[in-house]
Amino acid sequence: MVDALISVDDLGYSYCGRQHLFHGVSFALHAGERLAVLGDNGVGKTTLLSLLVGLRKARSGSITAFGTRCESEAEFVAVRKRVGYVFQDPDDQLFCPTVLEDLCFGPINLGMSEAEAVDVSRAMLEQLGIASLADKVSFQLSGGQKRIVTLASVLVMQPDVLLLDEPTNALDAHARERLLSTLLELPQAMIVVSHDKDFVESLATRSCTLQPAGLMAPLRPVVA
Amino acid sequence: MALGHSSAAWNGQALSRDGGQLAAFDPRLKLMLSIGFALAVVLVESTALKALFAVVGLSLCVIAGIPRAKLLRRIAALEGFMVLMVLLLPFTVPGPTLFSVGGLHASWTGLHQGVDILLTATAVVAGLMALVGSLPANVLGQTLASFGVPERLVALLMLTVRYLDVVGGEYRRMRNSMRARAFVAGTNRHTWRSVGHLVGMGLLRSIDRAERVTDAMRCRGFDGRYPILYPFRWQLHDTVAALASALVLIGVVMWSMP
Repeated sequence: MVDALISVDDLGYSYCGRQHLFHGVSFALHAGERLAVLGDNGVGKTTLLSLLVGLRKARSGSITAFGTRCESEAEFVAVRKRVGYVFQDPDDQLFCPTVLEDLCFGPINLGMSEAEAVDVSRAMLEQLGIASLADKVSFQLSGGQKRIVTLASVLVMQPDVLLLDEPTNALDAHARERLLSTLLELPQAMIVVSHDKDFVESLATRSCTLQPAGLMAPLRPVVA
Repeated sequence: MALGHSSAAWNGQALSRDGGQLAAFDPRLKLMLSIGFALAVVLVESTALKALFAVVGLSLCVIAGIPRAKLLRRIAALEGFMVLMVLLLPFTVPGPTLFSVGGLHASWTGLHQGVDILLTATAVVAGLMALVGSLPANVLGQTLASFGVPERLVALLMLTVRYLDVVGGEYRRMRNSMRARAFVAGTNRHTWRSVGHLVGMGLLRSIDRAERVTDAMRCRGFDGRYPILYPFRWQLHDTVAALASALVLIGVVMWSMP
């Protein structure tokens, strides 16, 4: 089998000085896979995602991304350029006054000039069918628009892997369908944290449940 | 409450504003002009000229397309302070007596100074409202940055513009949930403690959110530089307007000097 994009071995995390949140988590994500992570509230799903991009430091175990074992901040900075993380609350992610500026943020950080960043950002908005939002102000967008814009702000960096944290949170049926069809068309491998069973079944190629004692394969291991 | 009010003010300020007839001009010109205008108002000494500037400032507001109701409300808020001063100054500044009330003498000089200050403040505020107040908040940030205002200060302004509404929304939701549980503010310990909790929780949530925002920025490769785009284009009519207004302002100031 081809090398995994991200593989995690015996990962564990605990808040400082407290009991383990989870430990013994191991899995591998391969190209083209869409892995769903289920689990109860507070079991550490969001924390797991933030460990993968080095926003928090694991207490035990190892993370290997794109063939490199990652431990230092510098190694994770490189990972973040190839892994797009869509946060649970779009208001955490869209921090610029206007949508276009927000989309330009990532590409500029990747080293593009402003003009190039504007070009690729407009193209990305076009591609997702939201070109009309370019000059809108982030806080005036609807929940569904915010979600698509956060996705755009990450996709515009052309990541190899997407991490999605509760992407259907607070979306109505229409916005949810639109998000699903957008995600299904993307080539990227994904890790999706979600409570939305129907959504996960339509999207994921594989799913597992996070428990304090590690990742468990679900009753139905492979979905479609 | 104060927070709700200020966020509403930014809402009106920020966005779908077209700047009326002044929209076509470069924001940098508007910022420079508002500073020049304020300087000229302060430098001229004659009351008649100050009155003229106030009229020009208010006319600019109308040209900039600021809705009458909003304009009147803002001017009224300003004049509220000013009227108090115009009433008090005649009694505190020595000079020829205008009239006397119960042994207190009101002076001409004081009244004159009061009116001067009132006209100056009105003119400066009207000029600012028309020229800077008509800029969307994010454009104001970009303009300041293009004038070399430190990036951190501009980032602070931009992030405030962005998150005022979010923080305001959080505050309103908490406040509503208090009201939904039959909370009515009064003058008692329970109210003080509850409002204290509300403010404290608001701060905690803000810190929490600030950390998540930083995390999200780092995920997209944030390295401490806040990108600011400059979408403006200085055009011929900006140069013409800049030269013409500089000429008029300097001319008026020179002419009024003794």
